[in-house]
This record gives sequence, C-alpha cells and structure tokens, in this order.
Amino acid sequence: MEGFFTASLSKFGSVASAIAIFFIVLGSIFYIAGKFNGKKARYIAITIFVGPALALLAIGVVIPGIQTILFSFRDAEGVKFIGFDNYIWMFQDPYILITMRNTFLWLLVAPLFTTALGLLLAVALNQMRREAIPKSLLFAPMAISFVGASVIWKFLYEYRSGDTQIGLLNAIWTFFGGEPVNWMLSKPLNTFLLMVILVWTQMGFAMVILSAGIKAVPSDLTEAAALDGASGSTLFRYITFPMVKTTIVVVLATQVVGALKLFDIVETMTGGNFGTNVLANEMFSRIFVQYDQGKGSAIAVLLFIFVTPILIFNIRSILKERANK
Amino acid sequence: MSLKVSKPSSGRQIFSSKIAAITVWTITILWTIPTFGLLVTSFRTGDEIYASGWWSAFSNPKFTLQNYKEVFLGGASESLSDGILPYFVNSIVITLPATIFPIIIATMAAYGLAWVKFKGSDFIFFTIFALQIVPLQMSLVPLLQLFTGGAHIGSVTIFPALGIAGDFAGIWLPHTMFAMPLAIYLLHNFIASLPRELMEAAHVDGANHFLIFRKIVIPLSVPGIAAIAIFQFLWVWNDLLVALTFAGGTEEVAPINAKLASLVGQYGSSWTTLTAGAFITISIPLVVFFSLQRYFVRGLTAGSVK
Repeated sequence: MEGFFTASLSKFGSVASAIAIFFIVLGSIFYIAGKFNGKKARYIAITIFVGPALALLAIGVVIPGIQTILFSFRDAEGVKFIGFDNYIWMFQDPYILITMRNTFLWLLVAPLFTTALGLLLAVALNQMRREAIPKSLLFAPMAISFVGASVIWKFLYEYRSGDTQIGLLNAIWTFFGGEPVNWMLSKPLNTFLLMVILVWTQMGFAMVILSAGIKAVPSDLTEAAALDGASGSTLFRYITFPMVKTTIVVVLATQVVGALKLFDIVETMTGGNFGTNVLANEMFSRIFVQYDQGKGSAIAVLLFIFVTPILIFNIRSILKERANK
Repeated sequence: MSLKVSKPSSGRQIFSSKIAAITVWTITILWTIPTFGLLVTSFRTGDEIYASGWWSAFSNPKFTLQNYKEVFLGGASESLSDGILPYFVNSIVITLPATIFPIIIATMAAYGLAWVKFKGSDFIFFTIFALQIVPLQMSLVPLLQLFTGGAHIGSVTIFPALGIAGDFAGIWLPHTMFAMPLAIYLLHNFIASLPRELMEAAHVDGANHFLIFRKIVIPLSVPGIAAIAIFQFLWVWNDLLVALTFAGGTEEVAPINAKLASLVGQYGSSWTTLTAGAFITISIPLVVFFSLQRYFVRGLTAGSVK
C-alpha cells in the first residue's frame, strides 16, 4: 500500500518539476530576448516563436516520415536495399489483400454512415426547442477512448451458448427466435459490427459540426423559399443541402482520414483476427510483433498514399479561401 | 400557413417538429444504452452478471461495489500497487505535460506565423497545415530509434541518444510533436483574427513581441486555447498507439487506457473487472467533456465551419 503512495508521489514530483522547468526556461528566454532592439530583435522573435515548433515537427514528423519511406525499400532489419519488393509483396500476399479490402470498406462505409446520421440529427435538432440534453448525450461517446468504447460494445456483442444471453444483441436476436450467434466470428458481418463502434463514437462530431453549419444558413433564405411554397424534402434539397455542402465534405474528409488511421478498435475487439484486420493494425504488428521493419514501413507509406488526395484537396480549398479574402 | 410568430411555422421545416423530436430522442436512447449497460453491469456481482442480462437487474436490484474494490486493490493481493490506480496516476502524469507543452509551443508558433510575418511564413503555415493528416504510423519507428540510439553521421553524433524511451519524457515528447500541426492550425485561425489596431497600438507604445504575446495575445486567446487544450487532453488520455509504442506496458509508465486494452486481451479477464475498469477509464474524459463542453464545441466548429 505504501509503495503505491511513494511511487505516485515521485511521479507527481517529476511532472511538477518538468512543468516548472519548462516555464522557467521559457520565461528566461523571453526575458533575455526582450532586451534586444532594432532589426535583430525581429529575427530573434521569429526564431523563438516559430523555431521550437518547427524543430519538433522536423524531428518528430518530417524526418521520421522520410526515413519510413526509405525503410520501406529495405529488408526486415532495415539494412539491405531490396527495391520495390515490399510493395510487390503487399499486392501479392492474399492476407494483405484482404486487409487492404477491409481498410477500403472502413473508408467507404463508416464515414458515410457517420456523416449521414450526423446530418439527419443536425437537421432534426435544428427543429427542436430543447436540444441541449440530447445533443450532449449524442456527442458524449466522442470523449470515450476507442478502447473504452470497444469494451462497451464487446459486452453488447457478448455471445454465450445456451439459453441465457448477457449481451444485448444476442438477447434481442434470440428473443425473436434466432439461435445465439458469435458475432465476432461471423465473417464478413464482424467487420461491419466493428464499424458500428466507430460510427457510435464519431457521429456526435459530425452532428455538432453540421449543426453549426445549418445554423449559419441565413434565415431569410429559408423564409423566402418557404414563401415560394418550398417545404420538406424540397427545402432540404434546394436550400439546406447546397448551403452545407462544403461542411459535409470537410466532415467526410476528416472521417476518412480517421478511419484510415484506425487501429485501436480492431486491436481491442479481435486483435485483427477472424478476417477483420486493417492496414493500420497490420502495420503495428509487422513492426512490433514480427519485427519486420521493411514491410511495416511499406504499409505505413501505403496509408500515406491513401490520404494524399485529401491532402491535395485540403490545400486547394485553403488556397481558394485565402484568395477570396 | 401558420401565423404564430413564437413557433417556427411548419412550412419552413424539413420535417415536422414532432417527427424531429421523436427521431432525436429515439437515436439518443439507442446511443446511450451501450454505456448505460456497462455502468449497470459494473455494479453487479459476478454471479449475477453471468446469470442474467443487465436489463433484468432492475426487477431484483442487488448492487455492489465489489468490482470496483477488486479493480482498485488488484484482487487477491489487496494492494493498491497491483490494482488499476498506478495506471490512473500514470495517465494524469502523461496527460498534463502532454497537454501544456504542445499548447504553449503551438500558441507561440501561431503568433509568430500570424503577426511577425516574414518571408516564407505562409509557406511554413501551409506545410504545417498539410502535415495534419500524415498518419502517425509514418513516424513511430524512426522516432523510437532516435530516442534509443540517437542520430549519427559517421562517427559524429548530431542528435544524442536521449535514453527516454520507456520514460515519461519519452511519451510527453512524441505527443508534443504529433500535436503540433492541428494545434498550430486551429490557434492560427484564432490568433490571426485578433484586431490589427490593438497590435499596432501596442507596437507604437514600444511593446516588443514578447510583451505583446504575454499581455495581449494570451489573454485574448483564452477561449481558443481552452478549446484546443480540452481536445488535446482527450486525445492524450484516450491514446493507445503512442502509449504502446513509447511506454511499453509497464506499471511504471503505461497509461490506464493501455492497461484496459491489455485487460481485454488477457485470457480469463472477467466482466466484473472489465466493466469497472472501463468505467474508471472513461470517467475522467466524460467529466471533462460534460463540464467543458461549450468550449470544446466552440473550438471544433471554429476549425471546420467557414
């Protein structure tokens, strides 16, 4: 018992001192740099404000990214150059091809459902008087980690042979006369059941963003359309939808990127077994379980290639926005 | 058409308020049931959990704190060190600096890029913006190798082996690095929209950039900083990938989320400890979320709605 308290105390001590040192260093740099005048002061200011972030990005993201690309052309130990062998392997290995197919399914299905449900709720919430409570309950799963969400849903999907079902899904299924199903073993349904978890956590995000988008639609526009006799689906098709189209695209893009990087849910629910594996999980196990740096890096590069269209799209839209200013 | 002013007329609506309310509440209930089931189960005895579904717990209420006791005291050994608490402490120890450090460094960079304009500052901003979606997976291994082995050109060390892999600093640093693109992008949006006159007046009064940053930029950006801090807090607390890569699974440094993940994978883990453990893990982010939701929503929408 005492061991726990002394250990925790020393951990908290290290946090407190790390934060203190951080602020002392920062304060001193600000103090000294503030003494300079003239043209020199400007360069010093630029270096101090932007320098740390750039150094962190260079060391933590840019250089490692380039190294990963280089590693993807080497063997398992990262020593011998083997050209495109890792990439050729990826497109020939039947297991990786299944994993790739699953990743594509995640990219296509989960973001679409998340965004569609989010849009439906955003529209419906816009017509409600007291929207605060449901909105916050629908949004809350976003604060839950994928691991936590996986435990919640694992319990819901729980399977037991025999009469008593303690998992909600099997209880409902058997209530309507079905035989209990081991959901996590039933291909290809299991992949979709895992996607439900992602949709469950992310839908609130889509809803909140789209809700803000809908609220920003000028009310004279909807009123004018209503005067012209528009209502129901016409109103949605010709006014609301076109006005929030850009927001929908932003939400979809965010969801696609998220679905691509997703690894926690698959790792926690099935460990990538039973035909549910995805690239992000396979990449992790290639490197840290099978110690094959070359193949793992090649998968990471593939993930990066998948996001580049969105990257280009994002940059183009921000450039357009700048030009409009 | 209705002439009532207080209530929006049905003609302007996509579907009627009644259908809207029914839709929203049905989905809300569906959305809440999974978490509610976990919560109820965490208070049931092991025998009960396996004898009947949690929904039948209300017809014959018998609740207990035994599962929580077991999770905190690590079962048979009855010692706090063997329970989940050390991991809970680790999570706090990881999350605080991994939230504070990146937010401050990102705020500085956002100010520098927005208000100390220099040749190439736009290019740097676009690059940072683009880095946002680079998958984390791209940097894990080289970064881990850098922490353990350093970087050398021939025999010249250009980056020392920090020896911080498996240490708290070895988790703070990657989180700080990976947080940069999104944090700088969102804070830049916020800080760039501060009134120009204010900055110019301060310069005329002889204030330098450091004074302006401390006395004007930080106080005026508190709502934006708060929103991004909450986001970063949730992200770090809920992270599994960085924790698994840089912390390993040890009691000394692994966060509670990684512990929960290993409990799920462990053969013979029962629903008694899993449900209680899961609820402890998700409780802190949920509390943070519900109490600071307003700032959080503002921060999210500021970044994506134009």
